[in-house]
Order: sequence, then structure tokens, then C-alpha cells
Amino acid sequence: MSDPSTEQTLAGARETRPTMPPPTPEPPRDRPLRDRILDVAALYPESRSAIIPALRLAQEEHGWLPEEAFDEVAEALDLTPGYCKAVASFYDMFRLQPVGRHEVCVCTSLACTLVGAADTLRAFEQELGVEAGGSTEDGLFTLRTVECYGGCGWGPVVAIDERYHEPLPANEVVPLIERLRSEAGG
Amino acid sequence: MSDRILLDFAGDRREIADYEAAGGYESLKRALNMEASDIVGMVDTSGLRGRGGAGFPTGRKASFLPSDRKPAYLCVNADESEPCTFKDREIMLRNPHALIEGIVTMSFAIGATSAFIYIRGEYRTEFEVLTRAAEQARARGYIGRNVLGSGYDATIVIHRGAGAYICGEETALLSSLEGERGQPRSKPPFPAVAGLYASPTLVNNVETIATVPFIIEKGGEWYAEIGTERSKGTRVFSLAGNVRRPGNYELPLTRTLRDLIEGEGGGVPDGRTLKAIIPGGSSTPVLLPDQIDTGLDYESIAAAGSMAGSGSVTIVDDRTCIVQLALRTAEFYVHESCGKCTPCREGTRWGTEILRRIEMGEARQDELDLLLNVCDRILGKCLCPLGDAMAMPVAAFVTRFRDEFQRHIDEGGCPFVETSPFSSYYHHDHAGVPG
Repeated sequence: MSDPSTEQTLAGARETRPTMPPPTPEPPRDRPLRDRILDVAALYPESRSAIIPALRLAQEEHGWLPEEAFDEVAEALDLTPGYCKAVASFYDMFRLQPVGRHEVCVCTSLACTLVGAADTLRAFEQELGVEAGGSTEDGLFTLRTVECYGGCGWGPVVAIDERYHEPLPANEVVPLIERLRSEAGG
Repeated sequence: MSDRILLDFAGDRREIADYEAAGGYESLKRALNMEASDIVGMVDTSGLRGRGGAGFPTGRKASFLPSDRKPAYLCVNADESEPCTFKDREIMLRNPHALIEGIVTMSFAIGATSAFIYIRGEYRTEFEVLTRAAEQARARGYIGRNVLGSGYDATIVIHRGAGAYICGEETALLSSLEGERGQPRSKPPFPAVAGLYASPTLVNNVETIATVPFIIEKGGEWYAEIGTERSKGTRVFSLAGNVRRPGNYELPLTRTLRDLIEGEGGGVPDGRTLKAIIPGGSSTPVLLPDQIDTGLDYESIAAAGSMAGSGSVTIVDDRTCIVQLALRTAEFYVHESCGKCTPCREGTRWGTEILRRIEMGEARQDELDLLLNVCDRILGKCLCPLGDAMAMPVAAFVTRFRDEFQRHIDEGGCPFVETSPFSSYYHHDHAGVPG
């Protein structure tokens, strides 16, 4: 389905994209969540400024943000759980529902779609057997579409667990999913 | 001699030793021995303008901060989220220390108590790069107490957002950084007077701040000699869409869209022709192929009927349906509207619905002008420019490609459904779901 001209664009994107460094290892979770939130809060003149990093720490702890997470963040930052939930619901990266172990985010913004993001999305939908917004029955994957990720010259951009894969044309989707499945022991 | 300043090297300078070997942090040493007002004056002389989108003169913006009110803050806007824009990301990935050096220099110049980098949540790897760069700079004494024996204490906090386009708007950024939902505030008061925690605050884009060390090193006059009369220096342009070599290209502002698209980007790939140019991010009005000789400077793009915006140039080839392009553009702004102002919250939604009806062949003739009317009722009527960011490009798509919109109405459907890369989002026989 991909047009030969798009193939030329993808080849060019691979030339111009900067080399990315390896991911920083996850910090240890050897101390209570509350203490780690207080560490972050100490960086700011007012502790409420730490609500986004605090919610992120809670989300990493639980995999998503259940009611309990709002209680924990609120207690640590001296806010109300309702306030924390209101803030969390404003931002796209907080999960108010449980999600699969791997979160696959396909950018469907202008530039990525011009170079084949719709085909990439369809390949994920077919391989995972879910539509965007859904999760696989084995709990391994959640598929979602997202707005511009800032990789527009190197699209189609897909982020898996917050790490960018770019460009990721449709024909590279199946091997990638198979690799993640085998790593999960499936 | 190279035309580049900020990205005038191959590979990256993420390691501080590489940056220092290329002369890095020498400007900071110079700046710490200058009068603070002379640093701002030097930036003012350079003619550097904000590289985020508005293009406001950087030196003048810094001069608005009252010098006698403390605390004061510097906030770096690294929330790059205007669709089609990815240049700050490359600057942070390849030259993070130029940003750190610029931050400490400008913090010293405005007497800032602390500096914050607000980086969009999706840029996780870039956050890690900046975090490591800051740690290295702290170990070498460029950040922290008594920087290089100057008596100035420099604090930098790298704050990662969580996914909200609106936080790139400076007052929304400040709301978010204070721990609120990221909604814009009315101006005045401007951040220079009452910004973060109601204190004087300077908000500058990544590229803008990262350019400061070069101006300190070589002088404001040197920088002002590059570019046109009113658009000085170089700019890092994000080139995306249907070109052979998409990517970021730093060019002096004397160059043209053709230099960027054909010279750097290799033009539209074989077998296709240029249909449209979106010259400054998705919020800017579309230009036509015969405008390719327009200059890249702020004034030339404005004279052509658009805006230089975020410096991202997106190329659209002849496969693409302009109605679909307008619809996808509008849907982005519906998703990102914070909901505070009625014209934006309601208008973006109604405009999108009309565009969807046109694409589906369901629109009546009068809905084309109704769409322009909706756009007109958003423009200039909200606290921040998000609503305008939908209304301006949509109105331009309709007026500059009116025949194409008319064909959808006359033919009762999309004439480009077989070729357009957006078709699978909008038509059942190409199953897909929009974002």
C-alpha cells in the first residue's frame, strides 16, 4: 500500500535522525512512595508544583492511577484527593483506567500521517486484534492513537512504553510485536 | 564558512568534555564578569527573536523584568508540541549543554532565584539527556552555589510535563508548573511582572536560550549581521511531510522556502508534485506551490499571508485531500482545547463537525461559509491563541483550496479517497480510528 515516494522519504528520515542515547536505568523503588514524593517536592519553592512528578511516581508504582494513588499523592503534598484527580485528568499521560503491560502509542498527527501512519496503525490493529483505545485480552498490550509526538521528520512515530520507534512503517509492526511477545514469555 | 551556529557539528555534544573541547562554557565565564544589564543589552543588540512561535525580541522581553523585585524566575519552554515541530528536541539531544549554559547566563542576567525547564512529558529520553547534562554541569561548578566563584547561585529544576499541548502557552505553562491544571491566564499581568508564584518571570523557548552563549561569545553585532533587516541570525527549521530528506536544518534567515525544501530536503520525491506548504507549524495558514520562493524570515512569510510560527515547514504532495488535512488539523485543536473559553471550546468542535460533514459528502452548500463564520467567531476572542490556531489554518484551507471543498459538496463525497493518506481515518472501507 505504501507509495514508492514514501519509501524515499523514510530512507531520508533514517539519515537525518540523531542517534538516541540508551535509556537511563529505572531508579530503584526501595523507599516508600511517600518519601520519594517528598524528595521531588523539596526541589520546588512550593510543594504543589511537584504534583505531576508525584502522580507519575504513583502511576509507576500502581501501573495506573487508582483511587488509592490519589489518596497517597494528596497526603504527601497536603492536597485533597479530588484536587489530584482533577489535575491528573487534564493530562494525556495519566491513566485513570488499568492498561496493558505494554502501551503502544501511534502518532496520527499531520506529518506522520503524510508518510504512512494510518497504515502503521492498521497494522497494529490487525496484529493485536484490537482497535485504538483497546487492550488485548492477555493484558499484554494497550493500543492508542496520540497527537503529535515531536518526531515529525522521522515518522511514522510510535512510542512503546514511552520510548520512540521512528520511523516505524507498517511492514515493521509484526516483527516488533512478535519480539515483545517472546520477551514476555508468550 | 558554515552558516550554522547552534548545530554546527556532526553527531552530538552530550558529554560535557566534548562541549568544553569545542569552547563550551567559556561564554558563561565571560558573562559572570559582565554587568547583568550588559548581558541583556548584548542580546538586545543581537536582534534575537523568540524561536518558540511569537518571535518577540528576546532582549526586550528580558528588560521588562523589574530588577528590584525578588524572587524572580527563568522558565525555559521545552514543551514543543505544535504539530510538525521537532527542532527543540534535536537541540536538546545533540547540544544540551548549550541550553544549560544559556540558562545559567540568562538566570544571572535577570538575577533569577531559580530556573525551570518545562519539558513535555513525551520527551522522556530528552529529559534524561538534560538531567545527565545538568549533573555534569553541576559537577564542574557551572550550576550550584557560587558558580565559578562569582557569588551567584544557580539552580535548575527539570520539570517533565504529562501531555498537554496547551502547556506550551506561557501562562498555561506557569499554571501547570504551579501544580494546577494547565489552563492559560488572562494577560496582563504579563509573566515579566507576575509569573511563576506571582513573581517576575522570564519565559523563553529552548532554541532562543541555547543561542545566548554564542551571542555572548561573539557579540550582539556579529549576530545582527546574519539574516535580514528585522529577522536576525539563524533558525533551526523542522522539515517534515513529503520530501526526500525530512529533518532539522539550521539556516540563516536570508534563505527561502525553496532553499529549505529543495536544497536541503531534496524536494518532493519522484512521481509526486508539490500541492501545499504549511510554513510554520500546523496552526499557520497554508501556502501554495507558487509561493515557494518566499523568504524564511518572519516578515516575508507574513507578507505571503502566513506566519513563521514555530519554524516547522510541512510539505504536502498531490495525493492528499485538503479537506482531510484541514479536518485532522482541526481535530488536534479540539483535543487540546483546555475548555476555559467558550469560543475555543465550542467553536473548534463545531468547525470540526462541519469539516467532517464536508469530507463525508453530507454538507449543504451554505455550510462552507458557515465554517468560515465559525472561524471568524473564534479569532481573537479567547484568552490564549489556541482557538486561533485552529481557526487560522482552517479558514486558509477553505479560502485557498475552495474548489476542492466545493467538489466534496458537489460530488457528495471525497474525490481523493483512493489516494489520500488520511482516508483510512475517515472512511469505513479503510478501517481506522482518528487520534
